[in-house]
Amino acid sequence: MTGNPDTAPAPTLPNGLVIIVKEECETCQTVVPVLQQLDDATELTVYTQDNASFPSAPTAVHDADLAVSWHHEIETVPTVIVVRNGVEVERTVGWLRPEWERLTGIDGLGEGLPVMRPGCGSMSVDPDLVDMLRVRFGASDLAARRVDVADAEDVMEMMFNRGWTDGLPVVPPTEERVMAMLAGTSRAGSDIVATVPPDLVDISVEKVAIAAVMAGCKPEYLPWVLTAVEAACTDEFNMHGLLATTMPVGPVIVCSGPGTRAIGMNSGGNALGQGNRANLTIGRALQLVIRNFGGGRPGEVDRAAHGSPAKISFCFAEADDTSPYGRLAGELGIDDGVDALTLFAGEGPHCLVDQLSRTPESLVRSFALKLQTVNHPKLIMMFDAILVMGPEHARVFADAGWDREQIVAGISEHLNRSGAELVRGADGIAEGVPEAFGDAESLPKFRPGGLMLTYAGGGAGLFSQIIGGWVNGDKGSKPVTRTVAY
Amino acid sequence: MPVLLDPTSEQTLVERERLARPSTLEGLTVGLLDISKPRGDVFLDRIEERLVGIGANVKRYAKPTFAKPAPVDLRHQIATECQVVIEALAD
Repeated sequence: MTGNPDTAPAPTLPNGLVIIVKEECETCQTVVPVLQQLDDATELTVYTQDNASFPSAPTAVHDADLAVSWHHEIETVPTVIVVRNGVEVERTVGWLRPEWERLTGIDGLGEGLPVMRPGCGSMSVDPDLVDMLRVRFGASDLAARRVDVADAEDVMEMMFNRGWTDGLPVVPPTEERVMAMLAGTSRAGSDIVATVPPDLVDISVEKVAIAAVMAGCKPEYLPWVLTAVEAACTDEFNMHGLLATTMPVGPVIVCSGPGTRAIGMNSGGNALGQGNRANLTIGRALQLVIRNFGGGRPGEVDRAAHGSPAKISFCFAEADDTSPYGRLAGELGIDDGVDALTLFAGEGPHCLVDQLSRTPESLVRSFALKLQTVNHPKLIMMFDAILVMGPEHARVFADAGWDREQIVAGISEHLNRSGAELVRGADGIAEGVPEAFGDAESLPKFRPGGLMLTYAGGGAGLFSQIIGGWVNGDKGSKPVTRTVAY
Repeated sequence: MPVLLDPTSEQTLVERERLARPSTLEGLTVGLLDISKPRGDVFLDRIEERLVGIGANVKRYAKPTFAKPAPVDLRHQIATECQVVIEALAD
């Protein structure tokens, strides 16, 4: 796919007038008589990008590898450059007679031609070529070890064999793709993003970009992936513990802000499911970082008893633009209009069906009944949960004028239960809270702030989703919220 | 021929040989590390009884939480105070 990078210095332009053209461009064809006029009158060098024999006269130099166009940042053809002592003095693009006459100092150019014609795109900025050119002329920026794939080897199978995949195929991380990915952030490829567990090695932006390519991300998703990696690799989030636990949990990424819409994330129908590239690949890129770079693999440090499909990727956007009660990041201190994500140590979603409640009073009781079951109905305070409320349920609260605080308080009120109900042995069930809590009159299901409200889902369906958490607080994992750095 | 970029951390791990297994525990100091899972102490209490019975000295340690790796200071303390360590892993 690539040869060795061309590390030769930028070609020096010859003195006089330099004009870069391509045959495919109609404006370039239009100005051929002008090129002949200039060739007679001054010191002229014409570079042609596509057809070596265009124009037929004057004879052009073929910029076959586009080195001249690339290094001299030609974006439009024709481009006219005035060169003195090997240095560019001035340039103009397209055809504009007065401008060409001023630059060349020659009057009466292109008689009979229209006064003005816009130029065309230079081949050196052609989207189909630019990634290849970036590698050809700038690959030395990439620090990762190069892995040659043998001719007889199937690249997809080779990546499976090396253990680089989560069980699904990954996109081959070629230099072209990784350099294109790096264009998605203003950060340098060599910047250190985080120290990744379990191996505790510093990861660079470039290595995150490699994982993002493999996961299937587009470059514009990279800032979200970088932010997710940063958030995951904090002491508070405790990615090592999340990986090592026998529980079926992984990093759940809740994204919000205008940037989610700019990159096409899904916060509507099927937001937690398949079908949206940004949702799926951002979550997957984080997991590939943990697997391939951090060394966290199932059966090794990952000791999950069952695991969960959510551990392949679990990332979605909140519909914060239409939410009747704001967004989770707002509750956690992020200003409106700022892109942010929250990482939560959670399991796969569970559906709450309630198609009959039309009052907040009825609906909070329904939610509470379902939320009791997070991990075990007799275990409390140890686990947080995210409630992903669908629009049809949220409307019931909005119509009654309930805000976020009232909804959470309303649900929480119906989650309180006596120690006698929850204590070990109660109801003939050995599991439960320790005997010391047996006399408590009222015990909450969640610690303060442990029930987090979000808003996403399709417009039809009186359903909501519960995402149960892992061990919370200092002993386990705390939700981590970060603004997205571009 | 495609050239790919290595997604791993490119680390070469240093392999260290384990210490030789002691032929007897008599007179040695054995560290018992409780990872703080429920009832790990029940298991370790019984192990302590057995070890003391065969002439070993026992020191007890505990991780602050089972959900995180043992702190570096704790690992260092165990390594300097004991010749042998036993970890109670789970419920």
